[in-house]
Amino acid sequence: MTAAPLLSTRGLSKHFDGLQAVRDVDLDLAPGEVRALIGPNGAGKTTLVGMICGRIAPSAGRVTFDGADITALPAHKRIGLGMAYTFQITSVFPALPVRENLALAARRRLKGAAVQEAVRHALTRVGLPPDSAEQAAGNLSYGHQRLLELAMGLVQAPRLLILDEPTQGLSDSEIDGFKALIGELKGATTILLIEHNMSVVMDVADRVTVLNGGAVLAEGTPAEIHENAAVQAAYLGTG
Amino acid sequence: MELGPYILLASLEGAVTAAVLALTAVGLALVFGVMRVVNIAHGEFFMLGAVIAWWVAQTVGGHPAIGFAAALVIAPLAVGAIAAAADMTILKRLDYDPERTIVATIGLLYILQQLTLMTYGPEARPVEAPFNQRIALPWIEHGDTGWQVIWPWGLGTTSYKLAVIGAAGVVLAGVWLMMARSRLGLVMRATQADRDMALAFGIPVERVYALVFGIGAALAALAAVLIVPIQQAHYLMGADPLLLSFIVVIIGGLGSLPGTVLAAVLIGLSDGIISVFFSPTLAKIIATLLVALVLVFRPEGLFGTRRT
Amino acid sequence: MSHETRRILALHGGLLVLLLGLQFVLPAYHHGNLARIMVLASYAIGYNILFGYTGLLSLGHALFFAAGMYGMGLTIQHAGFSPAPALLAGLLAGVAVSAGLAVLALRTSGVAFMIVTLMFAQAGYLSILYFGEYTRGDEGFVIQTTQRMLWGIDLSDPTNRYLAALLLFSVCLGLSLWLVRAPFGRVLVAIRENEERVRMLGYDTHAHKLGAMIVSGTISALAGAVYGLLFGYAGASFASVQYSIFPLLWVLLGGAGTVLGPFLGTLFMFYLIDLSSGLTTAYMLIAGVALVVLTLFAPQGLAGELRRRLWGWLP
Repeated sequence: MTAAPLLSTRGLSKHFDGLQAVRDVDLDLAPGEVRALIGPNGAGKTTLVGMICGRIAPSAGRVTFDGADITALPAHKRIGLGMAYTFQITSVFPALPVRENLALAARRRLKGAAVQEAVRHALTRVGLPPDSAEQAAGNLSYGHQRLLELAMGLVQAPRLLILDEPTQGLSDSEIDGFKALIGELKGATTILLIEHNMSVVMDVADRVTVLNGGAVLAEGTPAEIHENAAVQAAYLGTG
Repeated sequence: MELGPYILLASLEGAVTAAVLALTAVGLALVFGVMRVVNIAHGEFFMLGAVIAWWVAQTVGGHPAIGFAAALVIAPLAVGAIAAAADMTILKRLDYDPERTIVATIGLLYILQQLTLMTYGPEARPVEAPFNQRIALPWIEHGDTGWQVIWPWGLGTTSYKLAVIGAAGVVLAGVWLMMARSRLGLVMRATQADRDMALAFGIPVERVYALVFGIGAALAALAAVLIVPIQQAHYLMGADPLLLSFIVVIIGGLGSLPGTVLAAVLIGLSDGIISVFFSPTLAKIIATLLVALVLVFRPEGLFGTRRT
Repeated sequence: MSHETRRILALHGGLLVLLLGLQFVLPAYHHGNLARIMVLASYAIGYNILFGYTGLLSLGHALFFAAGMYGMGLTIQHAGFSPAPALLAGLLAGVAVSAGLAVLALRTSGVAFMIVTLMFAQAGYLSILYFGEYTRGDEGFVIQTTQRMLWGIDLSDPTNRYLAALLLFSVCLGLSLWLVRAPFGRVLVAIRENEERVRMLGYDTHAHKLGAMIVSGTISALAGAVYGLLFGYAGASFASVQYSIFPLLWVLLGGAGTVLGPFLGTLFMFYLIDLSSGLTTAYMLIAGVALVVLTLFAPQGLAGELRRRLWGWLP
């Protein structure tokens, strides 16, 4: 890695009342990189990512973003620095129209007419039909809600986009659209995604980090990880 | 009266308050513990217990002990039934949503209170105690000839008041036994721990809830029957017990029965002693601020466990 | 101006014009009632900002209403203020009290928040009784007609009083309409819907809730100050639990989270209680029944149902 990492963690750990969820994780994300975070269920992926974006306070360790130590920074300020997070369990505003869901995400950055423009742009980018804008978000199909979740991340024009199982519940064509979208974003946006879908990981990730029992088991290119015996032993891939 | 005997007297009076308060607060704590519901109408169940006791004593007549004994049985049952009905018609339909339940119980408070006003009227009416012997109490004083036992005039209690303390103790022990040892208590604790699992095990959660709500109200009504020979029955008498029970339950730790009893003893006794030194209004101000600040800074109360 | 904005302005502006017109035609009894209703509806508007829009249920708003009333009343009574500075004193008392309460109460949420606000309001009510030497406690004190001359206008005159009430209501209505359509107000609604998500979109939700509570409390205090001034009386009953329950009831009935809801609810409930207090001293029974029925069957309230079924554009 020649450029300084955009995101770094050192010794990041979390324990809950006797259960060690995340153990001493060191991670470095280069700017523009697409990193996939994989591992069996319960490996601590969502907890790790929660500590990075500020939802969960770490028990030990440090998080650095763009050279600055953000370990003590509250979540909303980290988002303000240029992180965006999409939830594993869809978390939109179900009673509000799709349009307003996206506008809320955009308004932190933009004002006036620029908001509506960004909303329209985000809708088309993820492949949601334009007439869904007026629908209540809760009335969308599960797959479309996942896409809305993704769009809410995109409309913030983040420097680091953290996606928690973004393709879960998507149809095959929607997954293809997702892969194409990641391809467009990479380089300008750094992406960290938790994924179970191995075909997505193989196709979009630059590097893969494997987590098992809260600790980093292996790290490398998708091809290296695919061949890694320890990874295969710990976790039978689905791809 | 000297300060020493005066404090003893205040403590005894406080003990009676504490006994009744413990019963009332345990009723509130039980409902919150098992159902996770805050019942703002709890004070009105207390008031109904007193009013129904008066009505029963009136109707039964004869020696006061008979009327009182009848009231002791009938009032808690009647109030418990009313509460269970309210749970099944109103609270169940709200799915026990915490905020909507509070609003509904506020409505219930006004309904019960105003209906009592319309039927029983605005007057305060007494109920005669079943027995009421004065008992003088001794005090030890250091006089010229060494330690002496004296009987200060005015230092005494009544057999009834002692009986109230005893009765409350017995009922509380009964509640504890029920919760800890009986099958019903087990079912209640299971429902409290995990409602969905309880449902999956075939426990009729909705009926348990109605029963718990009824028992909580019945305990308050019972407390009121015990206190009504000392205090009179009045349609607005529910406000103070409500506030005090809240204070007790919050300070004792929501959902902790031993903590509730301990807090009731603490607050009942100190209420008696504080009223000796401060005006009742100031004492109430301090009490309400205390509850608020405990909730703000130490929400698990003094004895509850912190939820992570 | 978009079509939707024009419709909204027409509807809300139309209400204000209607109220102005009624000034000239209403018989004295209803004229006085409507003046009261408009001031109380302003209180309800303040409450709605916290409850209907931000989703925080306070059971202690009487504290703010009374802070305004006594801030105004005490400065007139004991410091010889004239009405305009006295109103300002009431307003500032509202800002101070709501800021203080917000800092403490917002450390809690849900049921605890409701109880904390209830407790502080109770402490406030009891304090008014305790310091009866200055506040005249439960009895309250009358603000003389001579003390209620605002810039040469006699506020005890029914017409002036009605117009002053209408002015207050118009300001509060306009303010709430602007607020809920502005970015700040939109975030409040989002916090009500899904606070965690709002936090993860980069908004300081605590600061927003603080702001909402201060705005809500200040509007309520202003309504309290104006009420005391227009009707010439300040009393402890306005700080009691009942006056914390009333705005909840009015807003629930009229439609929480709508701009017109508070007015509709106050109007209906006022007349409902007015009618029933003619029949029995137990008129609060109506309030109790209304609360239960509303929570069970119509949590959206009048304007809320209207918005849900017919006019989705209603703010």
